[in-house]
Amino acid sequence: MVWEDRPLLRALKVTKYFGKRVGCCDVSFDLWPGEVLGIVGESGSGKTTLLQCLSGHWVPSSGRVYYGEGTNGLADIYELPEPRRRYLMRTEWGFVHQNPREGLRLRVSAGANVGERLMALGFRHYGGIRADVLNWFHRVEIDRDRVDDFPTTFSGGMLQRLQIARNLITKPRLTFMDEPTGGLDVSVQARLLDLLKGLVSELSLSVVIVTHDLAVVRLIAHRLLVMQQGKVVESGLTDQVLDDPQHPYTQLLVSSVIQA
Amino acid sequence: MKKGFKTEIKIDEASSPRLNGYNFAYLDEGTKRMIRRALLKAIAIPGYQVSFGSREMPLPYGWGTGGIQVTASLIGPDDTLKVIDQGSDDTTNAVSIRRFFTLTTGVKTTEKTSVATLIQTRHRIPETPLRPGQIIVYQVPIPEPLRFLEPRETETRRMHALSEYGIMSIKLYEDISIHGRIATAYNYPVLVNERYVMSPSPIPKFDNPKMDRNPALQLFGAGREKRIYAVPPYTRVKSLDFEDYPFRVERGEQSCALCGSRESFLDEIITDDRGTRLFACSDTDYCQRRHTEGQRGSFSGMPLLAAKRLQREA
Amino acid sequence: MMNSLIAVQDLIKSFVLHLQGGIRLPVVNRMNLSVRQGECLALNGPSGSGKSTLLRLLYSNYRPEGGAILVKHREEWVDVGTAESRVILDIRKRTIGYVSQFFRVIPRVPALDIVMEPLRRLGMPTEEAREKVEGMLRRLNIPGRLWGISPTTFSGGEQQRINIARCFVVRYPILLLDEPTAALDATNRQVVVELIREASDKGTAIVGVFHDEVVRSAVSTRMVDMGPQEGSV
Repeated sequence: MVWEDRPLLRALKVTKYFGKRVGCCDVSFDLWPGEVLGIVGESGSGKTTLLQCLSGHWVPSSGRVYYGEGTNGLADIYELPEPRRRYLMRTEWGFVHQNPREGLRLRVSAGANVGERLMALGFRHYGGIRADVLNWFHRVEIDRDRVDDFPTTFSGGMLQRLQIARNLITKPRLTFMDEPTGGLDVSVQARLLDLLKGLVSELSLSVVIVTHDLAVVRLIAHRLLVMQQGKVVESGLTDQVLDDPQHPYTQLLVSSVIQA
Repeated sequence: MKKGFKTEIKIDEASSPRLNGYNFAYLDEGTKRMIRRALLKAIAIPGYQVSFGSREMPLPYGWGTGGIQVTASLIGPDDTLKVIDQGSDDTTNAVSIRRFFTLTTGVKTTEKTSVATLIQTRHRIPETPLRPGQIIVYQVPIPEPLRFLEPRETETRRMHALSEYGIMSIKLYEDISIHGRIATAYNYPVLVNERYVMSPSPIPKFDNPKMDRNPALQLFGAGREKRIYAVPPYTRVKSLDFEDYPFRVERGEQSCALCGSRESFLDEIITDDRGTRLFACSDTDYCQRRHTEGQRGSFSGMPLLAAKRLQREA
Repeated sequence: MMNSLIAVQDLIKSFVLHLQGGIRLPVVNRMNLSVRQGECLALNGPSGSGKSTLLRLLYSNYRPEGGAILVKHREEWVDVGTAESRVILDIRKRTIGYVSQFFRVIPRVPALDIVMEPLRRLGMPTEEAREKVEGMLRRLNIPGRLWGISPTTFSGGEQQRINIARCFVVRYPILLLDEPTAALDATNRQVVVELIREASDKGTAIVGVFHDEVVRSAVSTRMVDMGPQEGSV
C-alpha cells in the first residue's frame, strides 16, 4: 500500500451519547497528511466531544476512528492495545488544550515541559535534549532565558506557545487543537495563529482544530466541518464553506462575524 | 531455599524467654503466610510493588511497621537478628525494634553484620558486604518513586505497567538545570532488572551501588502505604542518570575519626557546645570492628558514643 | 476539445439566502464554455452578471448547483464541482492560479514570504524561491524596503501587486484574473499586461475580468458576454 493512498485519520459515523443526550452524531471524514481540518460551531455543537473521540480520549458510543499507523494500513484506535495507544498519544499525536495549564506541568520548569516527550522516548543525553528544547523555544518565540523558569511565571500567550512547543517537539504526524487561541488577547492570537500556520506548513503537520472563531479557520484550515447540535451540517474547503455557505446555519454563522 | 519459609512454627515453649500470650513474632501465622506470599510475588517481579494487608502493629505508622512485618513473617528460632537505624545499632528506634523481637521471639540478636542472618535497617546499608543467604529488610516510608510528580495512584500504576518513566527523567533534568548536576542525595531512584523503577528507600545515594548484584536477598516493606517489594540476589540495580551526567558517588575528604576509614559513609558529630565536630562511621559495627583490629582515626580522645560502644563489647 | 484546459458544461449556479427568507438568486444558468491553451478569455458584462462568480466557480471557491466544471489537471480531466477536497487543493497548488479582487491580509507575515509561499509549497528550495520572487517584485516595482514588511500597511495598489506576484511566480497552466489592474497606475498596468501576455505566449489558458478597456484589448484573444446565459460560447 502506497503511503499517499491512505488517509492519516478516518472517522466513520462517530457518535457519542451521554445517556440520552447527543454529544456528536454520525460524523465521517478522511484527513490526509498535511491537511488542516477545522471544526466549527457554537458552544454545545458537539465539536469538543468529537475532538475527544478522535484523539483517543473518549470511546465513541458507536462508529470508529481509524489512524494510519506504521506501514500497516488503517488501525481502529480503540482496538489498539493500550500501551500502543498511549505511546501514539505521546509521540505521533499531539493535543493542544484550550487552557494551556491543562496541557503543561506547572510545577516543572518550562524547559522540562518541552523536553518531556523526548525523555519519554528514551533520549538520555541532557545536552542534546536541552539543545532541542532551546531550539523550540526560539521557534515559538519564547525568550531562551526563560527555559528554567516555571510556567506559573508565564503569560497566557506564552503558556500556549509553550504548550505548542511541548507537543510539536516530537513532530507528531497528527495534532488535535481545542480552541488554541481562546481566551487570548487579539494581538496575541494573531501572533499565535501565525506561528501555527508557519509550523504546520514547515513540518507538514496534519491538524484537527476545533474553534468557534471563523477567523482562525480562515487563516489556517484547508477544510471545514460545520457542526450544529451534534451533527455536521456542512463541509468542504474552508473558502467554499465561508464564501459560499449552503446550509442555513452556516450562513448564519458566517454573517454573524463582526468585521473589524 | 531460605530457611524460615515454614508454614508451621513449632516452638519449644520452655526454652524461649518470650512474652506469654503472643504468637511467635507477634503476628498470627495466617498473616505471616499472607506476607510471605506477597514476598514471593515481589521476588518473582523484582522492583514491582506488591500490595499487602498491612496489620496494626504496636507502634504507629512511620516507625518501621512495614519492615517489622516483613521481618516478623520471616524470622525463625534459628535466626540471628541485627537491627540498625541510620547505620547504628544503638539508637532508640533500633533498640526498640530489637527489643520487640527479643520479647516476641526470643531469637538471638547481634550487632555484627557478618554474623546476622536477618538484618532490618532504616535508611542505610551496612558497609560490611553481605553474603549469600543473608536477608536485609529495608524500612520504606513512600514506596512509589513517581509519587512526587504524579499524585494519582491510578496513574503511577499505569506508568509502571507501561514502563512510562518519562517523568522520572524530568526530575533528573530539573536537578541538572538548577544545580548543574543530579542533586538527589538520598532515595535516589533506581532501575531494577532493567524493568521497574524503584525507590531504594531513603538510603544515601552513596549506598546505591551496594544494591547492584548484591548476593543477599533485599526486601522492602512500607507499612503505612501497604506495599512490599524485593530485589532478588544478584539482580541488576542501576541508578538513573543521563548519558552525559552519569551517576557518581561523591566522597568527601574526611576519614572516620575513630577507625580512620576513608571508604565508609560518615556521620558528622558535634561534640561540644563550641561546635567542635568530628566525622565518624555511620555504620557502628563496621567502625567497631576496624577499631578492634587496630585501625585508628585521627581522634585521640573518646567521644561518649564511641566510649559506650567499646564498653559494651568489652 | 484539443488543447482545451477548461470545459464548462451546463453550469447552473444560484444563491439561496436563508437569512432573507430563503430567496433564490440565479446567477449562472446553463452555461457552456471552453478555454484552450494560450487563449485569454475576457468576461464582459454589467455588474451582477456573474463574472466574478464564474471565476470563483472555476477556482472551486463557489460550488455549482448543476452541470460540470472540467479542468485539465495532471493530464486528466477533473470535475472540480464534485472532486474531493484534496484533489482541489492539489489543483490550486499546481494547476490554477487565481488573482482575486480582494487581498486577504495576514498580519505579520512579510510580503516576501507571502509571495514565496506557493513556490515553497511546490517544494522549491528557499534560496531559489527567494531569487525568483525578488525578481518578480522588482518587476512589479515593489521597492526592496517593503519586502520584509507585512502588506497590512501597503496601499491598495501595492497589495494588488503582491497578489499578482504571488500568482505569476508559479507557472500555472490556468490563470483566473479578477480585475488584476483595478488599483494600478499606468506603469504598473503595463507590467501586468506584459506578464499576462508572456503567460499567454507560454500556453497558459487565462480567464479574466478586465474593466479597463485598454488592458482588455491588449491581452484578450476572445471575449464572452455575460448576460442572459444560454447556449455555448
